[in-house]
Amino acid sequence: MRGGASPDPDHGIAMIQPPLLQLTDISKSFGAIRALRSAQFELRAGEIHALAGENGAGKSTLMNIIDGILRPDSGEIRIDGQAVQIDSPAAAQRLGIGFVHQEIALCGDVSVAENIFMPQTAQSRRKLMGGAELIARAAEVLAPLAEIDPRLPADHLSISQQQLVEIAKALTLDCRILILDEPTAALTEHEAQKLFAIMRGLAAKGIGIIYISHRMAEIFGTCDRVTVMRDGQHIRTDRTADITPADVVNAMVGRKLDTLYPPKMTGDRGPEILRVEGLTDRRFRDVSFALHRGEILGFGGLIGAGRSEIARGITRLEGDARGRIWLEAQEVAFRDYADCISRGIVYLSEDRKGDGVFLDLSIAANISALDLSKVAGRFGVIDPARETAQAWRIGKSLRLKAASMAQRVASLSGGNQQKVALAKLLAVEPKVIFLDEPTRGVDVGAKAEIHAILRGLADSGVGIVVISSELPELIGLCDRVLVVSEGCITGALSGPDLTETNIMTLAAPGALASAGTGT
Amino acid sequence: MTATTTTQQDRTLLSRLFGARETGLVLIILVLFLIMTFASPHFLTWTNMRAMTMAFSVEAIVVVGMTILLISGGIDLSVGSVTALAMVVAGLLFLAGVNPWIAALIAIAVCAGIGAIMGFFVTVVGLHHFIVTLAAMVIARGLCLLGTGGRPLGLFELPASFKWIGIGSIGVIPVAIVIFVIVVAVFDFLLRRTTAFRLVYYTGSNEKAAAYSGIRTKRVIFLTTMLCSTLCGVAGVIYMARFGSAQPTFGVGMELNVIAAAVIGGASLSGGKGTIFGAILGAILLSLVSSSLALLNVSVYWQDIIRGSILLAAVTFDHYLVKRQAAGGRA
Repeated sequence: MRGGASPDPDHGIAMIQPPLLQLTDISKSFGAIRALRSAQFELRAGEIHALAGENGAGKSTLMNIIDGILRPDSGEIRIDGQAVQIDSPAAAQRLGIGFVHQEIALCGDVSVAENIFMPQTAQSRRKLMGGAELIARAAEVLAPLAEIDPRLPADHLSISQQQLVEIAKALTLDCRILILDEPTAALTEHEAQKLFAIMRGLAAKGIGIIYISHRMAEIFGTCDRVTVMRDGQHIRTDRTADITPADVVNAMVGRKLDTLYPPKMTGDRGPEILRVEGLTDRRFRDVSFALHRGEILGFGGLIGAGRSEIARGITRLEGDARGRIWLEAQEVAFRDYADCISRGIVYLSEDRKGDGVFLDLSIAANISALDLSKVAGRFGVIDPARETAQAWRIGKSLRLKAASMAQRVASLSGGNQQKVALAKLLAVEPKVIFLDEPTRGVDVGAKAEIHAILRGLADSGVGIVVISSELPELIGLCDRVLVVSEGCITGALSGPDLTETNIMTLAAPGALASAGTGT
Repeated sequence: MTATTTTQQDRTLLSRLFGARETGLVLIILVLFLIMTFASPHFLTWTNMRAMTMAFSVEAIVVVGMTILLISGGIDLSVGSVTALAMVVAGLLFLAGVNPWIAALIAIAVCAGIGAIMGFFVTVVGLHHFIVTLAAMVIARGLCLLGTGGRPLGLFELPASFKWIGIGSIGVIPVAIVIFVIVVAVFDFLLRRTTAFRLVYYTGSNEKAAAYSGIRTKRVIFLTTMLCSTLCGVAGVIYMARFGSAQPTFGVGMELNVIAAAVIGGASLSGGKGTIFGAILGAILLSLVSSSLALLNVSVYWQDIIRGSILLAAVTFDHYLVKRQAAGGRA
């Protein structure tokens, strides 16, 4: 132990000592998006402090600032009462900060032992260890966590074992502040319990632990205090003994809708256009639902719950889902995604730049990509005039802002790129559209436009499924929302039941029993 | 003011015809042509022009295949060996008494088969183009040497009607050049204007986005790999007709020349970019430089150094162009 913060056996009692870590008025913007607005956070030595909030509440940004990955625009960081500058992860490491990220970043070909001691090797703070010593030390660190052979290459391990190796890596750093970002997402119940025991042991030694999680059971079972963030701001900090899970959920979602959404479907919904029954694959099971003509159906839930996988399973973009699908009351079995497109079902990926558009190609070439026959004459010869005309026609209906349809998509703004991605789908005049996070990373104005466009499409008879991690979007835009949790549909919400609290309750299975909200 | 407007108009006119890259190459070639006309009395002669065009016209057929493959995101290192293999297969069959035209067709089919095998390893097994075609390069060369015992096959009995495709003329124009012009024109049109070849651009530009657009990308990559080898077969057969022999060691290092031409012409090793016309201009430029240096009695060793430098300059230019466009796009 460096520093010498005294262990506080009775944590929770106000201390005369300054807090171990104190963040004051931290603000951070990414372009027009304000990720953090005067955020506050305090961590005491020897406590396990839960940090809760919706996706996009600013938790990760705040943690990345503590770890030196991001620099705050303004605000102050104090450790033991001393103001500090954290310019890089290496600087954070020198200050005794350890961060276990949600994403696993091990070197696959390298042994577990070498992965665990990689930070020391990189810093060359220590003399390099020989093979035998390295393996013995690694085995020692791993022992309380799991039975993992430190000589194995890291990519021979399961995801949960890899996650445990990441934790072991942080434990070797002698850190005083340990950040764990949803560490149990990939762990089994048994592994998670072992992790909690280790966390309590570390806390007893005076280490401060920041624990990010969505799971109410973990927050209330393991943590001493909980801080809730929303919209980049600090909402409340309480001892877990003093509040209930419902208080935390309410604090996470309790806000008014602040953007205008288009009016919802009026009158009776149209006939059923798509029916899915008992769809099962590796990442989801027994998924059944029906989509109606003119309806916007939301898929709500946490990131990683399996919503995208369900959409990609239905459209046969990935996996090998079993189950039955009816399109316009006719049972169908799609061979592949191309077959699915030809029947009028299309999917828009959440990763716009990665797989939504062709950045190097022109707007016109992008828009005609799904069905070139629409712009081609005999013998498959493309008619450039028709291709350009199609691009202008669809572009205009989406209010796409571009000087020319020959312009490369890379030169457009995020909102306009998203419109090109949408225009690609509309060119085939689809009957059913799956949209995965359709407004992620687009500015507020373009977002409202995209919402209006989607409602317009629904009104023209298209069935639309929107996957969104933004609760206001689900509630404001969708006629009905299916909540997915751990690969299962846990509920359908519409009308007055369609509230943020209900979605969050159904989304986090741990909260289902304890929060006790009626559905 | 007026001058600026005119220049801009001119530029748009030229760009409309060719695109920026092609325009630049045409200008460089013209300048080089003018310089050489004054620098050497032997340059602008019918014999020299004919020899120069003949020199690159057959290889240009391979450049076409390579460019299409590069656009789809692949690469083929085996082109030189496969071209030689076409000569050897056709040559052996002819010596065994097969009609030369049939022998040529079989040789082209063998090359297509090699392309299909490489395509299988890339798309079904999932190996990288570079490794698969490197292996094929070595194996095809081995087959050539095995089939001939390492010695060139003299094909003295080749009928004149067959040799015509290599050394004959239509009027004053050599047949090889006619074939080259037809191949280039056809594939340039196909690539620019047809749906089937548009899929090549989609696949190479962003394979995942192409798959998410319902394009069967593996099929596209398989077919472009096969097409490239098939065109090598065509080139090999024409070479055989021209030389009247089958040379098992022919085409060593051809892949570098061919890839260089395509890249100078605007193709990118990361796929999604390039045109046939640009690649042919790249091939013309390289060939022009080679023959100019030869006419000026520059050592052959210098030629390689200069060709390598041109390649580096072209790619560096591209790199900055892309960076500037990206910066402009963000603003």
